[in-house]
Amino acid sequence: MTPKVAQGFRVGVVTFPGSLDDADAERAIRLAGGEPVALWHADDELRAVDAVVLPGGFSYGDYLRCGAIARFAPVMTAVVDGAGGGMPVLGICNGFQVLCESHLLPGALIRNDHRLFSCVDQELVVENASTAWTADYEVGQRIVVPLKNGEGGYVADDATLDRLEGEGRVVVRYAGENPNGSYRSIAGVSNERGNVVGLMPHPEHAVEALTGPSTDGLAFFTSVLKASVGA
Amino acid sequence: MARVVVDVMLKPEILDPQGKAVAQALPRLGFDGITAVRQGKRFELELDGEVTEERLTQIRHAAETLLSNPVIEDYTVHVEHE
Repeated sequence: MTPKVAQGFRVGVVTFPGSLDDADAERAIRLAGGEPVALWHADDELRAVDAVVLPGGFSYGDYLRCGAIARFAPVMTAVVDGAGGGMPVLGICNGFQVLCESHLLPGALIRNDHRLFSCVDQELVVENASTAWTADYEVGQRIVVPLKNGEGGYVADDATLDRLEGEGRVVVRYAGENPNGSYRSIAGVSNERGNVVGLMPHPEHAVEALTGPSTDGLAFFTSVLKASVGA
Repeated sequence: MARVVVDVMLKPEILDPQGKAVAQALPRLGFDGITAVRQGKRFELELDGEVTEERLTQIRHAAETLLSNPVIEDYTVHVEHE
């Protein structure tokens, strides 16, 4: 069956001061068949995009806490509103930290338990294949994408962790040894509705054989195109 | 001029890798008998004029929105007198 892909599906990528992976995210969107739209942190509207990616990097130098200052960037008001209305939002690495600081996702990210910056090709298990960003995966599928951060330890209180597990909102989990001390080896989570997803590993760096360890990450960006046509 | 201090600490159930690193370094330098270290942040806010209850309420609001992340941190506010 040929996948139904929306024509001219516009995915905004926000650049904050200190974002690093915005260009890679735009490239991944293009390879998936979408139309990337550059958004600026100081924008107060989203230029009629259908979805938004908050990319990796070190917004505002990671000062105070990762994502803490980016959360108050003008563009985030529109992102939070859009997310509330069901618009798909994906936060990768620093973008995940921004989503947690914005309370669009529960929990927080703290320094890796081994205290080192790590950069590895990481195996993950997809545990929820019904979010806007993971519909092109199978539950239980193992994928390999780069993981590169200093503050990737996912933490939340036990009640929140139990709720996430109970509601199937752990989207991806680290396979094998826990790379950073994340509670329950959680690599990514979603909101209740499944339109907002955040993860520490970088699917946008695994979309081409030439530059990535695999092309396993591409399905994040093809999934959202289908979410748009209500497939 | 008045100074209000906001201290921010990780909640007890949240792992503190930096505090742990400091705790491990202390005995290497001969500082014995310290069983644990938790590392936090201290913010010193300089105000123009008097500290009023209204301003303290405002500062508490700033502490829980920007200076701390209530998901993982607790804060305390106190006025520093000369």
